Amino acid sequence: MSKLGLITKGFLKENPTFVLVLGMCPTLATTTSAMNGLEMGLATMFVLILSNIVISLIAPVVPDKVHIPVYIVVIATFVTLLQLLMQAYTPEVYETLGLFIPLIVVNCIVLGRAEAFASKNSVGDSAMDGIGIGLGFTLTLTVIGIVREVLGSGSVFGWKFIAGDGILAFVMAPGAFLVLGYLMVLFNKLAKR
Amino acid sequence: MAAKSNLRNMALSLTLVCLVCSGLLGVVYVMTAEPIRKAEEAKVAASIARVLPSFEAQPEQESISVDGLDYTYYKVPGAGYAIISTVGGFGGPLSLMVGIDEGGLIVNTVVLSHSETPGLGAKCATELSFIDQFKGWDPAAKRLVVRKDGGDVDAITASTITSRAYTKAIANAVDVYSKLTENE
Amino acid sequence: MEFLLIIVSAIFVNNIVLAQFLGVCPFMGVSNKLSTATGMSGAVCFVITLATVVTYLINKFFLVPLGLTFLQTIAFILVIAALVQMVEIVLKKISPSLYQALGIFLPLITTNCAVLGVAINVVTKEFTFGDAAHMLNLGEATVYALATSLGYGLAMILFAGLREQLSRNNVPEAFKGLPIAFITVGIMAMAFLGFSGIV
Repeated sequence: MSKLGLITKGFLKENPTFVLVLGMCPTLATTTSAMNGLEMGLATMFVLILSNIVISLIAPVVPDKVHIPVYIVVIATFVTLLQLLMQAYTPEVYETLGLFIPLIVVNCIVLGRAEAFASKNSVGDSAMDGIGIGLGFTLTLTVIGIVREVLGSGSVFGWKFIAGDGILAFVMAPGAFLVLGYLMVLFNKLAKR
Repeated sequence: MAAKSNLRNMALSLTLVCLVCSGLLGVVYVMTAEPIRKAEEAKVAASIARVLPSFEAQPEQESISVDGLDYTYYKVPGAGYAIISTVGGFGGPLSLMVGIDEGGLIVNTVVLSHSETPGLGAKCATELSFIDQFKGWDPAAKRLVVRKDGGDVDAITASTITSRAYTKAIANAVDVYSKLTENE
Repeated sequence: MEFLLIIVSAIFVNNIVLAQFLGVCPFMGVSNKLSTATGMSGAVCFVITLATVVTYLINKFFLVPLGLTFLQTIAFILVIAALVQMVEIVLKKISPSLYQALGIFLPLITTNCAVLGVAINVVTKEFTFGDAAHMLNLGEATVYALATSLGYGLAMILFAGLREQLSRNNVPEAFKGLPIAFITVGIMAMAFLGFSGIV
């Protein structure tokens, strides 16, 4: 696969949300607004790229039977790193995303890419893969965030274009599932073409 | 591909990974400790600045127990007290900072954290017509109870439970204030 | 009384899947059949309760006194992974029949974010049941973990029932599989919203 292909595959062909259906928890929980979705996507991408790089480097020397625990430690380290950095420099974002920052550890996308790609490919390709899947995830989360914010609050990225409230259900829990469901339908329709 | 496993290299690789990772985290922890402390201080200072008139020095954090509950408060000489008061709201804890000046009047209130319903109870953090009614409130003259329950507080439309909790948090802060000042 | 509030709140009001979005991946993955959903629920209940108690104790007697709370994430995930392995080994020895029922689900549970989520929530968040906000003590934490995982089981079993019905119906091509499942969960979540505010 070409380098460009590695980066763009996350948008459609291997879209982590709509095709691989991984990492559903942050996808549903943090997309109450476009900005939150974008921030969550970027946070996940940070961990994804770094863990992909390190794991592709150490994979050849890690004994087969303990590779999962070793990968989890590596991923957890980068997540903790991210937690500390966010607490220090973007405390407000850290507070908004809350529990879902530490939960990047158990985001199946990260461990999944480590297992399926980074452990078998070169450092460069693994980094590209991290960027590609990370961008795909960020884009999807932002789109879901935009849809929910437009319907639920009548605004985009905090810019209000309808006075008053939106349809509140879309900001609350049910709206997350509904929007994701209908976007999947749309994605399937378009992908068939 | 992955190396063949035996007990020695399994134990070795796990130990090594854990050592390197905790070493790295230790370094980053030390590096970020100062910025994290500053960020927290800045947040507290910003909240205090909103609930009390001007102050200069970083106020000292203190705590007191009233009716079996622990409260954190900041004493600002010349301005009054900023008291953090947490109660159960509609969706979970609702945490307020309440500024009370030296005459016992409420200066302002600010929501520190809440988990109220978006668009309904969550308005308690943004709806000025609700928040501003507490500015300059005299707890001795007006009752800190929502109108529905026979008090003087105008509740947020369709969010009586949140309004009740908000009012209760302020009333608790007033109790803390009287406990703090009774011996002066 | 307080325990009752914790239980109602954790099962219905703040249902872990439908309101908190934890453990959605396995929720979607194994809810195709009622029997597997029941098995998974049992395994999750067991692991969440056990993991919460163990991580609570580790946090209280090890991480907090040593000032190492920033290592929470990494310590908890390792404890959970080790615990799941241990449960698997012990179960295999003690009760082969139970192992048969739950065994295949156990490896999946390490990466179920509900387990880590509940463990972290319990030691970092303040809870209000009734009036006063406070950190949970060990007894409350155990009840909270058990009730939360029962809520997981309830949502999962209800949803599996719906999905079995759904599979017999004629669904438009683009909706087939997961999309219609997500929409169904959305409607379920809406129904569960009706519980909000009762605690």
